[in-house]
Amino acid sequence: METYKLSVNGQPREVTVDPGTPLLWILREDLKMTGTKYGCGIGACGACTVHLGGIATRSCVVPVSLVGDRPIVTIEAMAEDPVGRAVQDAWVAHDVVQCGYCQSGQIMSAVALLEAVRRPTDTDIEESMGGNLCRCATYVRIREAIKAASQQLA
Amino acid sequence: MDPHRALLATVLVLATVARGSAASESAEGLAAWRQVYSVLTSPRCINCHTATNHPQQGDDRHRHFANVVRGPEGNGVPALQCVTCHQESNADSTGVPGGRGWHLAPLSMRWQDPSAKILSSTDVCRAITDRSKNHDLDGPGLVKHHEEEPLVRWAFQPGRRIDGTARTLPPLTHEQFVAATHRWVDAGAPCPGNR
Repeated sequence: METYKLSVNGQPREVTVDPGTPLLWILREDLKMTGTKYGCGIGACGACTVHLGGIATRSCVVPVSLVGDRPIVTIEAMAEDPVGRAVQDAWVAHDVVQCGYCQSGQIMSAVALLEAVRRPTDTDIEESMGGNLCRCATYVRIREAIKAASQQLA
Repeated sequence: MDPHRALLATVLVLATVARGSAASESAEGLAAWRQVYSVLTSPRCINCHTATNHPQQGDDRHRHFANVVRGPEGNGVPALQCVTCHQESNADSTGVPGGRGWHLAPLSMRWQDPSAKILSSTDVCRAITDRSKNHDLDGPGLVKHHEEEPLVRWAFQPGRRIDGTARTLPPLTHEQFVAATHRWVDAGAPCPGNR
């Protein structure tokens, strides 16, 4: 077991865990932050996406030992983030969610996309969001909501 | 012996020795290149030297999962970068390989055709010795690249798969690979089929 000092949503947190423990487990099991979801566990579905050092990251495949001093930002912080707020508002306005399980990962990826590309094209959206799967197939509404958030942020 | 004849004989002998030496050097260089090529075309290397919009993975060189795409700089797109999963070192507890600056090789360094058929030894050799395609690396630069580049070094310490088994290694050790590159470059970096 090792002790790790983490920055989660701007707050210092400390955990004592096995070095190979995935960040997702730290968030959900140790810190009780269950907004980030477990989907596939192999980085194939995107449900566990958080921002690590500002980069959309699959928390299920990143061992805590490789996090280092990079800040972790999760879905719980998005309401206070200007881009996150715009995306969440657009999500509500376009009634994106069906079952909702994948949506925190979808929103984290959408925010990362809009942070980098403020006016994304359809191709930008399809490529950047291509690793976030939605079994309810809300993809069309996700694309509309990203474009609406983009306009809101312009 | 007539001094003129003696001089002519000496010149002929020296020329023959020189030609033999050059031929021997070229043969050694080509033999070294074959070793280098065997590594470059192993899955740990060639999976990221594709001619397509995506990397490959696995020993069967299948398309990378999760709809990963190349992106303009070879490191993915904003919300789906290589580093979205690949960290600076192998994550053996989760089975994800990693190394500093994980990215695809540029298209100028593709070593396969768009249908994933590996290019010939001659074509790969010509590509990596073409300074307009290889980031302007000369012979010593190629040796240094093979010796020090983190992602080249990763190929020889590729970590474990998610089931805990070790990934397949290239056919040479890193030391053997660098030594072969040295021998090939010292022989003038000959390419098969060149005259």
